[in-house]
Amino acid sequence: MSPISPSRRRLLESLIAAMGGLALSSVRAATPPVSLLTRPIPSTGEQLPVIGLGSWITFNVGRDPQGRRESTDVMRQFFAGGGRLVDSSPMYGSAQDVIGEAVQTLKPARLFSADKVWVSGGARGVAQVEASRKLWRVPRFDLLQVHNLLSWEEHLPLLLAMKREGRLRYVGITTSEGRRHAEIEKIMASQPIDFVQISYNALDRDVEQRILPLARERKIGVIVNRPFRQGDLTQALAGKPLPGWAADIGCTTWAQALLKFIVSHPAVTCAIPATSSVAHVRENLLAGTGRMPDEALRKRIAQDVERLA
Amino acid sequence: MSEWWTYSLSDFLMFSSRSYYRLIESYNAAFWPAHLLALVAGLVVISAISRPRQHLRRSAALVLAAAWGWVAWAYHLERYAEINTAAPYFAAAFAAQALLLCWLAYKPGNAAPAPQPAALGLACLAIFAYPLLVLARDGGTWRQAEIFGIVPDPTAVATLGVLLAWRAPAIFWLIPVSWCLVSGATLMELKIGHAWLLPALALIVVLARVIGSKTSRDLNSTANPRS
Repeated sequence: MSPISPSRRRLLESLIAAMGGLALSSVRAATPPVSLLTRPIPSTGEQLPVIGLGSWITFNVGRDPQGRRESTDVMRQFFAGGGRLVDSSPMYGSAQDVIGEAVQTLKPARLFSADKVWVSGGARGVAQVEASRKLWRVPRFDLLQVHNLLSWEEHLPLLLAMKREGRLRYVGITTSEGRRHAEIEKIMASQPIDFVQISYNALDRDVEQRILPLARERKIGVIVNRPFRQGDLTQALAGKPLPGWAADIGCTTWAQALLKFIVSHPAVTCAIPATSSVAHVRENLLAGTGRMPDEALRKRIAQDVERLA
Repeated sequence: MSEWWTYSLSDFLMFSSRSYYRLIESYNAAFWPAHLLALVAGLVVISAISRPRQHLRRSAALVLAAAWGWVAWAYHLERYAEINTAAPYFAAAFAAQALLLCWLAYKPGNAAPAPQPAALGLACLAIFAYPLLVLARDGGTWRQAEIFGIVPDPTAVATLGVLLAWRAPAIFWLIPVSWCLVSGATLMELKIGHAWLLPALALIVVLARVIGSKTSRDLNSTANPRS
């Protein structure tokens, strides 16, 4: 996989970061949308911003008008900040409909819609994909993934056929929290998939052994879920002072450092932190800008997080 | 599926505490002032425990059946299902409990056990104290108060009080006790301070029932010794 491509604002970001975290925050609030660093999708070379947006729990707000307004605000900030990939699933309650309402309101020009099929049996998968598409209010999905490998033997041929017919751009599979990695590897090695979605963060690094190298070898894009262990990691690190290396890579918060650790892995295409807070979206997007840690610093970040969390 | 052991409670929690309490808030707003009617219904339940007469037992069983039926439809199916895919199953369980309570109203039994302070205390806790719990939570407001007959938790607790007072057979206990465990686990994952309360109450009530049954058996065997 090719290295992270420079953005127009990268030098400016680094310069601002070098001037100190406080300066970074204040300038950030006043600056126009930041161009995020991007990575190519290995199967096509299409560039994708390294920070995406997850929707597990955060966008499941039911019919609550206030919750829906807040979710739309989060997506507005995400797109304004250069984000593209939004990820959801039929498993996430009302999240698909909430995203669809925001898509209808915001009409984002460069949305990369990533959803999943999560149902037993191939025939029901067709109906579920169509129901999901209607909830999202999109003409077609960019990426559909088999959620947690449920009935993958039946769903994968369906999704690959949709791709051949031009009704879908990319096909993937997902897992979370280290489950069924052996099966994930088998599918990665044998099926023509474009993406694999896995859990990866500074503490959960099993995927570094086999899955991430295999993704590079097979030219499969990697989407990373649960970058903060569903908030537990940032909570465990709250109040702990950032080590000196944080300033070197332009991080003013632990969340940014944790995200930079993930997206700086050469096999990772993007991370998808979920949030219901506009401030957190801004913070997450900043992690996709500026200097990234090299291999030595990545090791040190992992050690420090292990020690402090 | 071989990986089931790797799942934890948090893997099944699909909403935040903010969404959960906002749902209760909007639900309360939609049905206000039905809460006043629910309070009257709660007083009927308390009367049936404190004055164990057959017609009161029948009325209380019908009140509880209506409460479980209402919560099944208005809360679980119409509201909770928006954020929890398991809610339709909860609705089915609550509807089943409503039918069981209708049966209890139809066959209230002849025995009129003496009033039990534990059962009375439990019902009073559910009807009068449970709505106050919301104030103990950070950011909790009256608009999110959980009222007997309107939302599931106090409804289940009050029902357990009645079942304890009436020494109802085990089948009537299954769904209320299960709900206390499920809801307690949900609140625990949402990191709500009083999450322990529901499972603790269920445990105490079940123990009280078991001890009560044993005591009755012992008294019977003492009164009718084998020759």
